[in-house]
Amino acid sequence: MIEIDHAVKTFDDGRREVHALRDVSLRVEKGDIYGIVGFSGAGKSTLLRLVNGLEKPDSGTVRVAGQDISALGSRELLRLRRRIGMVFQQFNLLERKTVRHNVALPLLLAGTPRQEAERRVKDVLRFVELEDKENAYVSQLSGGQKQRVGIARALATSPEILLCDEATSALDPQTTESILLLLRRVNREMGVTILLITHQMQVIQMICNKVAVMEHGKIVEEGSVLDVFGMPRQEVTRRFVRTVINDRIPEKFVSVVRDERRNQQVELLKFIGDSVKEPLIAELCRMQGLEVNILGANIQQLQDTVMSVFILQLIGGDEAISQAEERIDGAGALRERMVLEA
Amino acid sequence: MTGDWQARFKEIFGIKWPKLLESLGQTVYMLGWALLIGAVIGLGLALLLVLCRKGGLRQNRAVHAVVNAYVNIVRSMPFIITLVFVFPLTRLIVGKTYGSTAMLVPLVIYISPYMARLIENSLLEVSPGVIEAALAMGATTWQIVLRFLLPEALPSIVLAMTTGTVGLLGATAMAGYVGGGGVGDLALTYGYQRYNFPLLILTVVILVIFVQLLQLLGSRISGRLRRNK
Repeated sequence: MIEIDHAVKTFDDGRREVHALRDVSLRVEKGDIYGIVGFSGAGKSTLLRLVNGLEKPDSGTVRVAGQDISALGSRELLRLRRRIGMVFQQFNLLERKTVRHNVALPLLLAGTPRQEAERRVKDVLRFVELEDKENAYVSQLSGGQKQRVGIARALATSPEILLCDEATSALDPQTTESILLLLRRVNREMGVTILLITHQMQVIQMICNKVAVMEHGKIVEEGSVLDVFGMPRQEVTRRFVRTVINDRIPEKFVSVVRDERRNQQVELLKFIGDSVKEPLIAELCRMQGLEVNILGANIQQLQDTVMSVFILQLIGGDEAISQAEERIDGAGALRERMVLEA
Repeated sequence: MTGDWQARFKEIFGIKWPKLLESLGQTVYMLGWALLIGAVIGLGLALLLVLCRKGGLRQNRAVHAVVNAYVNIVRSMPFIITLVFVFPLTRLIVGKTYGSTAMLVPLVIYISPYMARLIENSLLEVSPGVIEAALAMGATTWQIVLRFLLPEALPSIVLAMTTGTVGLLGATAMAGYVGGGGVGDLALTYGYQRYNFPLLILTVVILVIFVQLLQLLGSRISGRLRRNK
């Protein structure tokens, strides 16, 4: 659906050059909810704007629904943009106009016949659960309602792709959740492919199936959400994953490990999905010459499955510990030896 | 005694009522037409400035530089100089260089760049996010101007035009001095030159009331637009 190859983009504000994108490639398949996460200034927003041609790459290609964007004439680009909806952090609505006016605007621009446009406005407003606010002025709405209007506006022209630019970053946690659930419905019920950028890992965790991590204008890590959350490779990814799944020994327990005089090993275990059903911990506890302490545990829902993280302190002889490790590996858990930082 | 009283009734501070009304009419005439034509030209210039500026929707250095220079040059000329400077043009367009209609030429030339600057500021206040949303929807430049830029900037444009109109009122008074008629002419020929001090005060009062009414009207309209719709 979206194919970006070797995109490079440098901004020059006269004083210095800003490398927004350094050779970025990205593939978004039809039906994906693809999340790009990164700190501000990582280049996410430039990358997102390549897709509807709001930014043009200095080099590299952008293909959307099979069309090379740079090869499109200005009229064809306008037509393509009508097939791509966009939702913004600050909503970017006409505040002094009614909800209906705002949602109808893209249809008006596209020259949709009046009756058809009216019907479509009603349909999308019903979809975002704002049918009773049709005649309200945007300035009278709450942030969450405004974003629903923003989504309705983006959906009005029945796009195949929805671009979300930090769509939930200006909202409180509860509203964020309801907007994310709405985006998931857009994806599942309307079959719209979603590409979103965010700095909130919860957003990725809750609705994305694929994720890319950006840093300094590059994608440093990408893959399915399960893989990236389960085995983050880059430091920046670890930092992001840590914001939703804690894999550190709680402060209070650090001394437990430090003051232990017997032979010990601290292990970080991650289970994804079904492997959690096996009574692994109970088995470990029953092993000869081994003492098990649970220093940390964290269970999170990830899409349709569950990821559990355990931090275990194994105390015993080297042999008992390596036996335990074998048992853990046999159970299909991801295991890492942890070393206390001095 | 009664005749004296009637004469007094027919006149106010030494001039006849019809003369005063005529002057008022001329001022309103010059103000209205110069405002209308000047605002349209000013809006056009403002759009050129905003669309062609660096980072604008239709970035064009040459056009921006020319319009910007024109606006700056005309704005830096005092009206009384503009007035005599454009006499040849006035004669070409209107056929004479005196009278309220002839005065419209310098008035429009004077006020349109001023309006352009004021409206330019109003247009630049429109949130770049709204423009970006319009672009993302696939709006053409023309659609963005008509559906987003102007409606969003309208309350602010009305206030800007109010400010411009007050400036224009001052210019119509000067236009009166070279034969444009109007309240300004009244003040200078009948008030100042004939040492009719009370009449001078009357004209000032009239101008003050004018400005007050204009400002009140402008603020009202802008406020109503801003509130909704």
